[in-house]
Amino acid sequence: MTRPVAILLALLAVAFPASLLAGKVWIDPLHPVVANAGVILMQLRLPRACLALVVGAGLGSAGAAMQGYLRNPLADPGLFGIAPSAALGAVLSLWLGVAAGWALPLFALIGAGSAMALLGLIAGRQGGVALFTLAGMMIASLAGALMSLAISLAPSPFAMSEIVTWLMGALADRGWREVWIAAPLTLGGVLCLFAAGRGLDALSLGDMAARSLGLDPRRLQALIIAGVGLTVGASVAVAGIIGFVGLMVPHFVRPFTDRRPSSLLLPSALAGALLLLLADVLCRVLPLTGGELRLGIALSLLGAPFFLHLLLRMREGRA
Amino acid sequence: MSEIRNEKPLPFRGGVGVGDVPTCTVGAGGQAPPPPPTPPLKGRGALGVQNLAIARRLQPLTAELHPGEVTAICGPNGAGKSSLLAALAGLLVPDAGTVTLGDAPLAGMPPRERARAIGYLPQAPEVAWDMTVEVLVRLGRLPWQGAPLHRAHASPAEDAAAVEAALATMDLSAFRQRAVSHLSGGEAARAQVARVLAGAPRWLLADEPLANLDLAHAAALVGTLRAEARAGRGVVLVLHDLAMAMNHADRVLVLRQGALIADGPPQQALSADTVAQVWGVKARWLGEPGSMALALEG
Repeated sequence: MTRPVAILLALLAVAFPASLLAGKVWIDPLHPVVANAGVILMQLRLPRACLALVVGAGLGSAGAAMQGYLRNPLADPGLFGIAPSAALGAVLSLWLGVAAGWALPLFALIGAGSAMALLGLIAGRQGGVALFTLAGMMIASLAGALMSLAISLAPSPFAMSEIVTWLMGALADRGWREVWIAAPLTLGGVLCLFAAGRGLDALSLGDMAARSLGLDPRRLQALIIAGVGLTVGASVAVAGIIGFVGLMVPHFVRPFTDRRPSSLLLPSALAGALLLLLADVLCRVLPLTGGELRLGIALSLLGAPFFLHLLLRMREGRA
Repeated sequence: MSEIRNEKPLPFRGGVGVGDVPTCTVGAGGQAPPPPPTPPLKGRGALGVQNLAIARRLQPLTAELHPGEVTAICGPNGAGKSSLLAALAGLLVPDAGTVTLGDAPLAGMPPRERARAIGYLPQAPEVAWDMTVEVLVRLGRLPWQGAPLHRAHASPAEDAAAVEAALATMDLSAFRQRAVSHLSGGEAARAQVARVLAGAPRWLLADEPLANLDLAHAAALVGTLRAEARAGRGVVLVLHDLAMAMNHADRVLVLRQGALIADGPPQQALSADTVAQVWGVKARWLGEPGSMALALEG
């Protein structure tokens, strides 16, 4: 086990139980006098914390894989259009008024699956990266336009407000059902991304050199579509759009690795889990009138300045 | 009258596999002759192309390259040199004809098995992330790191030994922890060759490996590649520098507009007539075999 992995695991081991105690109602483990503490922990905070770990790990590893695949430190899992397509599915279920229970995540997963299938069709025989990325950006653009259309043609003000609120992304009011939806899909996706690790390492030498090292570009592309699709699709299905995790996390951990994309995957998954866990705790404890700060907003507030900082560093040639 | 001239290679200090090449300096006269070439192993392990054609790049071409030799591919810009090299490496699907390694067609070979046999260095090697030299060189071992139970899977000790040997051959042991972005052009070129050598391929194919290298570094790199060929590897280089090809290759293929114009020992393939025909330049060779220079006339 490498040092960054050990440090991140230790931090998670401390942060996970500690996060369960924080919220509107603080629970002191030494003086358990809070009414309904057991219900709050088991039914509200534990599934929410588990979901933060699952979604964060998925988005973190997907971000690391995307940056490796596109050989670009500014790549983000949203680039392939899977997140907007999943969100479009969810928006459609809200628009149709069938978002209860399993329906919304199911619609979102169908949206993600459609984007994955479309990407697979467009990818073609050669497995070229540029065409593929452009196709993903077009899918993202189309899904975004259709979402805006759905909002502008919302059947009622209530549906519109529901759609807009959902799109902001949150882990509030999520339960074990969401954990059971997201965990297996994310695990499958992360395993696909790990299987792509050596291919991503080879690709850091450029397309021709990578193929000369035995890389099969079509296999790598299929693993990336499956891995990013499953992790991002699952995360949007249960938590809405949570941006910037996939972009930021690989940058945090890269300096502590040997810079190979494969050595970034596990630390990025762990750091993503930690970041989302802490950000969700921040959302819970910030005193805001009118409810909690939405997780998606909190991460964008953190992420956008980080992105600007990164661009400035790149301009100075230090990134 | 201008003159293009280069001389015998300067081997890297302490290089593994180059111990039989005497240390010398660029430009110094009276050098020891190179070790006699080992006779090529005709047929066995040869890399061949039969009627290979690529639309708009290569006209039907047949040749057989042999391990133990340094083969140079020369020609003007746009002659199809890089396309031929990429096809020889199995990286370009030809429109017609076949590429064979030994008796087996390259197209039917699993990519990783092909990668273990043929190392390839592209014209402008890139490294997307700022890794250290050692990590870069270790990437050359990727073809050997498949499924753990596969017969060709190398143990970590074998990987480490191959990386050490490659670093030593390219005289990079002292640079192993240096980030790639902090290397000079010559050091970066050596690191890329070390990356290919770490894979211990039977064939080493490099597309203009001497581009951007100064004379001393170019001569040293050629010396190392010659030593690799003497050790039994097949070495195929795309070269722009005709004097380098004349002095250091065992065989030269000359291409023009996708057609093979000449194929043979350098004195024959790069004769003044061929140079005039292919490059459109009147020139003559000066000096002794092994240290010849091309003098342009007019």
